[in-house]
Amino acid sequence: MKASAGSSRVLQFAAPALVAAVALALWQALVVGYDVPAYLVPSPLAVLRTLIADRELLAASLGVTLGIALTALAISIVVGAVVALVFVQSRWIEMSLFPYAVLLQVTPIVAIAPLIIIWVRDTRIALVLCAVVVAIFPIIANTTLGLRSVDPGLINLFRMCRAGRWQILLRLRIPTSLPYFFGGLRIASGLSLIGAVVAEFVAGTGGQGAGLAYQILLAGIQLNIPRLFAALVLITLTGVALFAITVALSRLALSRWHESEVTPAD
Amino acid sequence: MAAGAAPVVEVAGARKTYATGTQALAPVNLAVRPGEFLTLLGPSGCGKTTLLNLMAGLTLPDAGTVRWWGEGYGGTGTHGRRLAMVFQAPTLMPWARIDANVRLPLDLLGVPRVTADSEVAAALALVGLADAARHFPRELSGGMQMRASIARALVTAPDLLLMDEPFGALDEFTRQRLDSELLALWAARGLTVVFVTHSIVEAVFLSTRVVVMATRPGRVIAEVPIDEPFPRTETFRLTPSFAACGQRLSALVADAAADIRR
Repeated sequence: MKASAGSSRVLQFAAPALVAAVALALWQALVVGYDVPAYLVPSPLAVLRTLIADRELLAASLGVTLGIALTALAISIVVGAVVALVFVQSRWIEMSLFPYAVLLQVTPIVAIAPLIIIWVRDTRIALVLCAVVVAIFPIIANTTLGLRSVDPGLINLFRMCRAGRWQILLRLRIPTSLPYFFGGLRIASGLSLIGAVVAEFVAGTGGQGAGLAYQILLAGIQLNIPRLFAALVLITLTGVALFAITVALSRLALSRWHESEVTPAD
Repeated sequence: MAAGAAPVVEVAGARKTYATGTQALAPVNLAVRPGEFLTLLGPSGCGKTTLLNLMAGLTLPDAGTVRWWGEGYGGTGTHGRRLAMVFQAPTLMPWARIDANVRLPLDLLGVPRVTADSEVAAALALVGLADAARHFPRELSGGMQMRASIARALVTAPDLLLMDEPFGALDEFTRQRLDSELLALWAARGLTVVFVTHSIVEAVFLSTRVVVMATRPGRVIAEVPIDEPFPRTETFRLTPSFAACGQRLSALVADAAADIRR
């Protein structure tokens, strides 16, 4: 059993890597074979060369975008968790406020971003706000659900031991909500990056604070398609990295006890 | 088992109707005496769990009173006496190791950690789970999880132990073994137990007294003392008096069922 478990783990990484390698090779061959100009579709190697050549510019932009996304994610976690805690204090609070959380979620960020950018003088803060608007909802919704999903038997046990609201919250509700919270975090990590990129597009900030979205915008105008692809690759890789980190965090927190993270014994 | 001693818990004229309109409990009078092993026996929906919840102070009666040691509800830790309850499911916290689960009531009652730890170890040894202390609940079998649940109830040295069909979800062999172990604990620690079950066999094997209940509305229809000597071993199940008690209870339950059909 051990061997097959090990080989399936190798396969888990090897199979997608193989797909990528084949796809890239095919792409390279087609571009070279049909002599497609770089301003239409650059070859993977051309993109790689651009990544290396423009590394300082792209790294600076990546830093800006990543900074906005991470700040927004951190704010979403803290504010989202606090809002969820407030929601579960009473059905009345939740009933009165939850529709507005939904409103925040369903309104397209592209439509609100210009307003936020006009209202908030500091562009960086405005961009972070936009990303928070996108990323906070899954945290609120999932954590609220989790805080409510307490085993009624355990609630009775706590009540028989005369546990107060705080003890029930700290010892029962919060641990119960963790798997739900981490589920929300996975979604929010990707959304924070999407929110940051979309907001950057709308703001079109150049110069010192130029993020990856601005590089894409500018490269498009200049028909510098390899650089556009390079920026796109960086955004995608950042999204994957954020997702991987949240998965690892979730595994770290839940692996010992929760079904979703427990590896089969055999 | 002094006959004249004050009841541990006394239910007087307690009635309970749920919001749905179901009359869960017609007025019930019942007194649990110190040291007794009392079983509430009846079919599903006869209000035995409701009655147990009243005795646990988890539900309030619509009318009538429930008194513990002659006083109002004090929770687990007041009047210097303690209540503990074992539920139908093990209801362990999945994120906490077995020892932390068992320590929970002591933590909530504010018992210092050092004292608590030694009491947890003793309770786990009592139910034969000393080796499982550092495991998570999901790593144990259903029977072992139930033992942990019993250890959690015993860790406060309760003066009244309430058990709501604790072994109902287990297989027959495990259930019989746990029945025997529970009886041994009851005898050794001088516990007072109220035990809910729908198994006649289990009721006869365990009880000093069986309260038979019927449905619609939930009510007490008979109280049957089981005057068989302790300790009761597996061979007790094979004796004619065991069969006689079982038949008597079964007739009562059947009568109650016929009563409803009429």
